[in-house]
Amino acid sequence: MMKSTQQLEQQLKRHSKAAKLEIWGKVVSFSALILIVAVVVGIIGFVASKGLATFFTNHVSLWDFLSGKSWNPGVTDANGKPEVGALPMIMGSFLITVLSAIVATPFAIGTAVFMNEISPNKGAKILQPVTELLVGIPSVVYGFIGLSVVVPATRAIFGGSGFGILSGTCVLFVMILPTVTSMSVDALRAVPRYYREASLALGATQWQTIYKVVLRAATPGLMTAVVFGMARAFGEALAVQMVIGNAALMPGSLVDPSSTLTSVLTTGIGNTVMGSLQNNALWSLALVLLLMSLVFNLIVRLIGRKGRLQ
Amino acid sequence: MFLSNDVQENTEMLERHIVQPADAEHPTILSTEDLHVYYGKKEAISEGDLRFASNQITALIGPSGSGKSTFLRSLNRMNDRIATVTGRIMYRGVDINQPSIDVYEMRRRVGMVFQRPNPFAKSIYDNIAFALRLRGTTDKHELDEIVETSLKQAALWNQVKDDLNKSALALSGGQAQRLCIARAIAVKPDILLLDEPASALDPVSTSQLEDTLLELKQNYSIIIVTHNMQQAGRISEYTAFFNQGRVLEYDTTSHIFTNPQVQITSDYVSGNFG
Repeated sequence: MMKSTQQLEQQLKRHSKAAKLEIWGKVVSFSALILIVAVVVGIIGFVASKGLATFFTNHVSLWDFLSGKSWNPGVTDANGKPEVGALPMIMGSFLITVLSAIVATPFAIGTAVFMNEISPNKGAKILQPVTELLVGIPSVVYGFIGLSVVVPATRAIFGGSGFGILSGTCVLFVMILPTVTSMSVDALRAVPRYYREASLALGATQWQTIYKVVLRAATPGLMTAVVFGMARAFGEALAVQMVIGNAALMPGSLVDPSSTLTSVLTTGIGNTVMGSLQNNALWSLALVLLLMSLVFNLIVRLIGRKGRLQ
Repeated sequence: MFLSNDVQENTEMLERHIVQPADAEHPTILSTEDLHVYYGKKEAISEGDLRFASNQITALIGPSGSGKSTFLRSLNRMNDRIATVTGRIMYRGVDINQPSIDVYEMRRRVGMVFQRPNPFAKSIYDNIAFALRLRGTTDKHELDEIVETSLKQAALWNQVKDDLNKSALALSGGQAQRLCIARAIAVKPDILLLDEPASALDPVSTSQLEDTLLELKQNYSIIIVTHNMQQAGRISEYTAFFNQGRVLEYDTTSHIFTNPQVQITSDYVSGNFG
């Protein structure tokens, strides 16, 4: 009896192959996690150290940076201060982001409603692949189409050069549409079927059901989709740079050449010397971009948490 | 519970046994004629000819997959986009299974409560006012009154009268299901279809729900799908037994349970299969 108990204990305590694999799996996934965290922290730290140098090494005041309207880091103004006013770019980025989200949202939600509620078959067969295709098109192609189609069209309709926030909005709207659409579809799909049935069984029409029940229930998810689209629009560089005109000026109108944080970065970063004020000022713009994407992420999380509470 | 001796006395069992209700006091309010339901090419319901008596409770029983829920959902056209339903569904002399019928108006008269309590993520008040507002009732006084009577009929008023503006999602399962009943009767339907309304509830809530249904019978004709045979026995006047998409036996509930004429029915109600 004793012997068999000991045997059993031995068997149970022995480190089997499965147990070793378990440890190995934990090590692998944990080191992957450490690596990712290190990369993220490294990027934030690097951008922050470079971006903050403008303020600490070159002694530019934060307020001048955020509210100054002229951007010309190589030149000093009448007071001997370098011209590093980022407001035109910050304005440009926000305008183009908000405008393209405003234009894209109704289209995206409309498409999502069609794909999920009105015609799931056609939605799955036609619209799903089309949406996925739109995601896959490289941004330089969008920019090129913008340059050769949208810009001349804007020029013909509104005059001026055609380059500006309006052209940028047109291009970005198409670029974020698939993201917002597919995330909206997910949000609608997450609304349980019994919600729709309850509404239909009460004699609501399909439209009433979509409008009063499905969209209401999906609101947190739809908001997340729009914020994700905005984050994408905010960070898009190449296509915007090709159609916005790249003049670091306060946008006087939607068809004046202007610039965004990203477009100034892509055009300027190759032309400056590491460690110079010109270079540091660009890093400060990058820091603003990074902080904004963190803010977008935070908003998405807040919406998600609020949605769960309901 | 059921007298199996009775069953064995029947020397010869029938293949099918349908006795339609013929009660002058409770005339037929709804009937199906030559009803077939297809999912794609697969036939889910064949030969479902039933008449339902007004102000009575009719139970649809049968094993899982026998088509009783499909049958029920066809009665107020909830299967419209899911399945093909052929045949006639006569409601007070009108065939409601034709394309020209306004299903939204029809569903106001033939209400439905589902297996899973499914209140909207709105307040208790707004849940009940939902269908009324859709139909253009905006008068606050009128809405208040209907909300109160509906909740009273569903035996929920005393528990929630002080919390009408609280979220309906905070209700317990049994309360939520009674809210769904209140929501369904707020538009004053003729017929109430219930698809296993008690299957997600505990025994106490189930028994309260049954009491509510027995009360509601005075004003509504009720058709209920149930897995629970004791429940069918407790509350229904008529029982239809479904098996593999066919109604094999239809009679008064007492006949079905004490003296079934079809072998499968007998096996099912005595718990030998299903």
